[in-house]
Amino acid sequence: MSIVIEPPRTAKPKRTNWEKWGWIYMRVSGVALIILVFGHLFANLWVGEGIKAIDFAFVAGKWSDPFWQVWDLLMLWLALIHGTNGMRTIVNDYAEREKTRKRLVWILWATCVALIVLGTLVIYTFDPCPANGTPENLPSFCPVNQS
Amino acid sequence: MATEFEELGAVAAFNVTLFIRRFNPEDGLEARWEDFDVQVHGTDRVLDALHKIKWEIDGSVTFRRSCAHGVCGSDAMRINGRNRLACKTLIKDLDITQPIYVEPIKGLEVEKDLVVNMEPFYKAYRDVQPFLIASDKPTKERLQSPEDRARFDDTTKCILCAACTSSCPVFWTDGQYFGPAAIVNAHRFIFDSRDEGSEVRLDILNDKEGVWRCRTTFNCTEACPRGIQVTKAIAEVKQAILRGRA
Repeated sequence: MSIVIEPPRTAKPKRTNWEKWGWIYMRVSGVALIILVFGHLFANLWVGEGIKAIDFAFVAGKWSDPFWQVWDLLMLWLALIHGTNGMRTIVNDYAEREKTRKRLVWILWATCVALIVLGTLVIYTFDPCPANGTPENLPSFCPVNQS
Repeated sequence: MATEFEELGAVAAFNVTLFIRRFNPEDGLEARWEDFDVQVHGTDRVLDALHKIKWEIDGSVTFRRSCAHGVCGSDAMRINGRNRLACKTLIKDLDITQPIYVEPIKGLEVEKDLVVNMEPFYKAYRDVQPFLIASDKPTKERLQSPEDRARFDDTTKCILCAACTSSCPVFWTDGQYFGPAAIVNAHRFIFDSRDEGSEVRLDILNDKEGVWRCRTTFNCTEACPRGIQVTKAIAEVKQAILRGRA
């Protein structure tokens, strides 16, 4: 009688490991978000007049500055992907049927992409004084209302 | 005089109530709690109370135990909601003003009463190849420095009782996850300087159901009856995968 021993599993050739990169991403983006979020809160609520300064003009002013455009863009992308990946982990844990799991994960990423696209559009195409807007709907600092 | 001396050396006896989670696959009933009142001594462990119940009250109460002294790892169970070895848990250390609840470990299929099917647990253990992989012939002793030995000392202590794996919330919801015990036993060889199979083991644990599923809840570290720093060992394996070597 001979004993058959299964050959041990060998290391596979290099492949992209999404779980590993997901894990690294969660840590890196987490650290970056702590700085971004607290910087955001500090600039909005503390500096100068603090919370009283926040109004439409304040936001419009920030988004006309490339520094804050990039800051908010980073915050948007990092936070949405961070949050969606966290939700994906929870779905992977609790969805019992493979079909349900795939659908839920698909919905999550579709939502994430939609929100990122919309948010990015807003940050880069935001115009507080559109040329064809009705004057009474536009803020007081627009040229139309200052004549 | 004789009675005086007996009383002097006597161990305090007291009554406790044990609620045991009963399940019999043959009676077609759902799992249920059954209570037993037993008199135990200050030196008795939960296992002694279970023995007393099985031997003197109800012989059908089913549980695993082999060595009964915390070495074999057969009698891991959930005692008052925490995974412990029945043979290492003194009854006097529990709150004996309340009933003691004893149930099978979670996340594995219950076969009868406190006995669970350990096969998924052993499968994960086998999958990490928990044996020395070396290319040279074992003709002489493989020497190792005390420093190299110290790297994996903690993870040599595992007795495969499954207390850690069955306390892990990721394992409860996703039985595919290797679980802390398998990772601990992989750690024992990955960080062994005499072993040559770490690349394979790190690749196995880099899997979708590998170390990345660990959420560092520390349930495993708290559950381990051998005091192994399980979560730390898992974190070390994660770092080794990121580095690409042990």
